[in-house]
Amino acid sequence: MEEGSDLASELGRELGLGNDHGLEMAMGRMLQIGVTVAALVVLAGGILYLRQFGSTQPDYQHFHGAPQGLVSVHGILRGLIHLDAQSVIGFGILLLIATPICRVIFGVVGFDLLRDRFYALVSAVVLGILLFSFFLRQ
Amino acid sequence: MNNLYFSLALFGTSILAGFLGAMTGLGGGVVIVPALCLLFKVDVHYALGASLVSVIATSSGAAAAYVREGYSNIRIGMFLEVATTLGALLGAYLTAKVSGNWIGVIFGVVLLYSAWTSMHEHDARPADHPADPLALRLNLRGTYPVGDHKEKYVAEHVPAAFGIMFGAGTLSGLLGIGSGAVKVLAMDQAMKLPFKVSTTTSNFMIGVTAAASAGFYLSRGYILPGLAMPVMLGVLVGSLVGSRVLTVAKVKTIRVAFVVVIAALGLEMIFNGATGRL
Repeated sequence: MEEGSDLASELGRELGLGNDHGLEMAMGRMLQIGVTVAALVVLAGGILYLRQFGSTQPDYQHFHGAPQGLVSVHGILRGLIHLDAQSVIGFGILLLIATPICRVIFGVVGFDLLRDRFYALVSAVVLGILLFSFFLRQ
Repeated sequence: MNNLYFSLALFGTSILAGFLGAMTGLGGGVVIVPALCLLFKVDVHYALGASLVSVIATSSGAAAAYVREGYSNIRIGMFLEVATTLGALLGAYLTAKVSGNWIGVIFGVVLLYSAWTSMHEHDARPADHPADPLALRLNLRGTYPVGDHKEKYVAEHVPAAFGIMFGAGTLSGLLGIGSGAVKVLAMDQAMKLPFKVSTTTSNFMIGVTAAASAGFYLSRGYILPGLAMPVMLGVLVGSLVGSRVLTVAKVKTIRVAFVVVIAALGLEMIFNGATGRL
């Protein structure tokens, strides 16, 4: 336990989480990287998608729900292996959703390093709500 | 219109929405849903899904810049996120219970409200009185840059702000938007935070709030990759440019123009919802 938290705090300091401003900057950087990677994956999937389906006419007027393979993490990952265009976009969207969740994880670790127990706890509660919401219906 | 042209038209519209949304602090989501429903005739639930995705992208993309400038307050943001994420769970659950037409009407009311508040924006500086002891205990305070020095602030009316934030989260989950206007209301009017601190902290919170309903949206099939793709990329590009301009330009004229657009869209959403066309 002790060793684990030492490792975490060392890693945290390495990431610049040692003070308030450092934590803010680390969160900002993390968000920027997450969004950039997600957008690039979505863009790549989008190019694939339009090359394949660019001349078709999709029906967005009536609600049928997204296809079965695109409504769960499991389904999207399975489609990703086959480089299915919509699954690649879906994977980018999953990365995007994971970005703010990672930011909250940074909060838990960062506030703990700042010896701010209360805000580490607040971050952990937010993280709990997010994970609950995401895995509730999977 | 085939898929390629449809995607390009959506991409262009989304750039504009993201740009105006970032400049006014209202977020791209408030115009994306009505634009998709009214202009592109997209089903309301698909529009919510595409909007929610773009909202997460904008919030996260712009946050990096705001954080660097030292305006957003991560403690206040994190504290209020407890309320917004719980609200978002409720809102996302309600999307499956409420009809598209009702969502349209509620959306329209929120648009009109957003338009109204952004016309009455003012920098609410707190009066000189003893600070809220609850805010001090929760450490809901900070400093922000004014010219070349830093000014201090402490939050007020914490319970009221927390309650309003729950409502903001519910609207976010129900309407697939960031509900920046309601978040700013909680921080600007209730907590009496400096305006720039309110808007940037609100933006900072939007991604986490939206992420709380994303799982539900995904599993209900609201998120169509082919539709979400041009919307997300467009809003992201537009808002990145918009947030750069925000810090240098006077936004008064653009704000007024945007407010008129939002109010018009709001009325049209209410009309279409009430007459059962959505």
